[in-house]
Amino acid sequence: MMIREPLIFDISGTEKKAFSMPELDVPERKDLLKDIPSREEIEDFPQISEIEIVRHFTRLSKTNYCIDEGFYPLGSCTMKYNPKVNEKVAALDGFTSSHPYAALDVNQGNLEVLKTTEKLLQEITGMDAFTLQPSAGAQGESVGMMLIRACLEDRGDPRKIVLIPDSAHGTNPSSAHICGYQVQEVKSNESGTIDVDDLVKMLSEEVAAVMITNPNTLGVFENDIKRIADIVHAKGGFVYMDGANMNALLGICRPGDMGADVIHLNLHKTFSTPHGGGGPGSGPVGVKKKLEPYLPVPLIEQNEGIYSFNYERPKSIGRVRAFYGNFLVVVKALAYILSLGAEGLKEVSEIAVLNANYIRKKLEGIYHLKYSTPALHECVFSDKFQKKYGVQNLDIAKRLIDLNIHPPTMSFPLIVHGALMIEPTETESKRDLDMFINAMQQIAEEAREDPKILKSAPHKSYVRRLDETYAARNPILRWQPTQE
Amino acid sequence: MNYISLSDKDKKEMLDEIGISTVDELFTSVPKNIKLKRLLDVPAALSEPELVDKLREIAEKNKNAGLLSFLGAGAYQHYIPAVVDYLSSRGEFVSPYTPYQPEVSQGTLQVIFEFQTLICQLTGMDIANASLYDGASGAAEAVLMANRLTRKEKILVASTLHPQYRQVIKTYTRNLGLSIEEIDFVNSGKIDTEQLAKKIDEETAAVVCQSPNFFGIVEDIQTISNIAHKKNALSVCVVSEPISLGILEPPGKLGADIVTGEAQAFGMPLSFGGPYLGFMACSKKYLRQFPGRIAGQTKDVDGKQGYVLTLSTREQHIRRERATSNICTNQALCLLRATMFLETLGKCGLRDMATHNLYKADYARQKISEVKGVEARFSGTSFNEFVLSFNRPWVEIESSLREKLIIGGYDLQKDYPGLKNCALFCVTEMHKKEDIDKLVEILDEILRQ
Repeated sequence: MMIREPLIFDISGTEKKAFSMPELDVPERKDLLKDIPSREEIEDFPQISEIEIVRHFTRLSKTNYCIDEGFYPLGSCTMKYNPKVNEKVAALDGFTSSHPYAALDVNQGNLEVLKTTEKLLQEITGMDAFTLQPSAGAQGESVGMMLIRACLEDRGDPRKIVLIPDSAHGTNPSSAHICGYQVQEVKSNESGTIDVDDLVKMLSEEVAAVMITNPNTLGVFENDIKRIADIVHAKGGFVYMDGANMNALLGICRPGDMGADVIHLNLHKTFSTPHGGGGPGSGPVGVKKKLEPYLPVPLIEQNEGIYSFNYERPKSIGRVRAFYGNFLVVVKALAYILSLGAEGLKEVSEIAVLNANYIRKKLEGIYHLKYSTPALHECVFSDKFQKKYGVQNLDIAKRLIDLNIHPPTMSFPLIVHGALMIEPTETESKRDLDMFINAMQQIAEEAREDPKILKSAPHKSYVRRLDETYAARNPILRWQPTQE
Repeated sequence: MNYISLSDKDKKEMLDEIGISTVDELFTSVPKNIKLKRLLDVPAALSEPELVDKLREIAEKNKNAGLLSFLGAGAYQHYIPAVVDYLSSRGEFVSPYTPYQPEVSQGTLQVIFEFQTLICQLTGMDIANASLYDGASGAAEAVLMANRLTRKEKILVASTLHPQYRQVIKTYTRNLGLSIEEIDFVNSGKIDTEQLAKKIDEETAAVVCQSPNFFGIVEDIQTISNIAHKKNALSVCVVSEPISLGILEPPGKLGADIVTGEAQAFGMPLSFGGPYLGFMACSKKYLRQFPGRIAGQTKDVDGKQGYVLTLSTREQHIRRERATSNICTNQALCLLRATMFLETLGKCGLRDMATHNLYKADYARQKISEVKGVEARFSGTSFNEFVLSFNRPWVEIESSLREKLIIGGYDLQKDYPGLKNCALFCVTEMHKKEDIDKLVEILDEILRQ
């Protein structure tokens, strides 16, 4: 077992340095510090040498599991391989050293990146216009809902309710709530799709929108989507499509052709930009013409080869973040789309779906599959068969760590009790898929033969099972000088 | 170039296993009438060398190479130590997901814990979160948090808060029935505290001000906080240039209840505005209404110290529509860079960097003020930015500077019509004395014409 790497504060010394400034070449005016509330020092701030910094972070890095190391079938998260060339082009000096407020003629390349990406995303999704400003999927969702509300307000009736399936991600209701809407839950039917009859009953002139994830969080395509959209539109409402699972649909079908009025994408899922341990992501929002006037400012325009920003958008909802979004993330996504081309994009979804269905076929019968409906890019099993041995999804997940595989998403979607949500993505080799399948088979066997080994897993990780309840009840959220 | 790892043989074996003969059969659940019957109309696939050429060509359309820039206004050029780029590009940091499985994510989690501590030390607050998207959304989240805590709906915002942050606050609150009123500034460049005292009442949830403010001037946070507290409102302090915290008294010691802002200055290149790093810190009594992810310390079954994401009952994946924020993915890799940046600079390095900014900006302001036709607009003490008022339209001066390969300051007139012919200049440790002298000389030349 590895020795625990201490907190930097516990190895900090005195008068040690990993950085020094050049000699000051202008007058030193210490008197200025008297005019402002200034501090003597930053108490307990680290003082450490350069090699100690390098070793600290190198050691810490080794305690992380990552996609570069192995299979990472985290459902709904699309943990595909992140091409290294995308990192290289995003690090080009022309991009990284450009100031967001520099004059337009200095930043034409950046605007070209943004406009080109918008156009490509329009074609891929069948939507009419895009904003790349949202920093991640959840911010994209709230932007999408704000656009709907702004349009309805323009019609003189903002309405009150947003309908969301019970299988939806938690950000959906939260985003709708931020826009001042009440959330009502639509039940899933026995196929795991939206119960259209239930939806029709709930629809009224008070419903602003229905938020639909397609394919949904079970990986199942909502095949009534067009009909649902028609019904919602007939009542004057909007269809919001959560595009988190777009990895199943590239070149297969397009939200814009299914009746979606607004969608968001996650560039850090479908378009391969790295997750970075939790961001930065990017959550572009695409809309149909009728919602375009409300998009955040600025919009990018191109006239005779010259790009410019348009701020003259009286109906715009305004800005949702400073500047123009997570620009370098967009550069990586653009590079990804350009490297794949039309056939490559389609192949992404085909192989993502093939890989998921292969896993599903191999594990069916070994793990319980609540919904037998054909699914696309992911499959959701549960721990029902293992429960009789006292084994839960958590135990299965933790045992996978011992077998050097990242656990699937657990306990989500909420409609599957004890869920294990598996999304292999298209980039995995058959060898890695088989290794995962074998590991899952071994665990199912261990559940029968030796459940203790699962209950106490993981055994080989840097730390073993951590007490999350203790952490929440006794919050220690920072280092303190008295701590030993 | 694609990134698929299956051979045709693999595919065949897998299809056989599934019991179908073509991949198309996997998509039968997609109704025919919405299937795309053509290939997507996107450019032909590029090989890696072609892709690099293509992107390099686009990057070179940015004409920033060789220009001397004095732009700041919420996006700052600072030196980034080599170790930051080197260490932060490790796949172990770049390519994992959010640390949902703590046993295999201790690196990311410990870094978050260290970051939270560093932010607390810098801001003088009890607790900090694991980042927000950027400074603007941080300011907006602080307003929402103040509304939840006080159940009051009036927000007073300093007009010296970054204009884009004010716009984002408006967007975030537009459907929630909050009223936003602005407080003017006075000739020192600080906010009008008399006006604040008049406008504030018991219905006020929060007073939001920025320090150093958008004009670069250090605000009197203690006075502002006192005024806020008298009416049971919260004092929210926004910091968009956090290098200043290397020398300034932490806002937490000056009465601020919530400190939020933009930490791009801690190791993020300018990158046309993103990805940057929003941060937020507050007093521990507000923990239950605090937005965003938080890492906490705990122990494993063997008693070994470790870290987990904690207090998630505040968050959307548990609480759904009643969550304190809808944020999920944040800016983790930027947080990592900031942690590396701060730990590398350390106690002395950050202070030295901050004082260099202070002295260099002051030197520039002094020197430019000696030039005829331009003067410093405000009398307050600034950190690394200052406002210059010219005797002719700023756009003329800006284009003359460009001819001399200088990017001048930020045009203030568009956001502040009263600040006619005024521009905001930023000088950091990246500017050598010669750079400043060159600016002074060229301004003198331009203004003599």
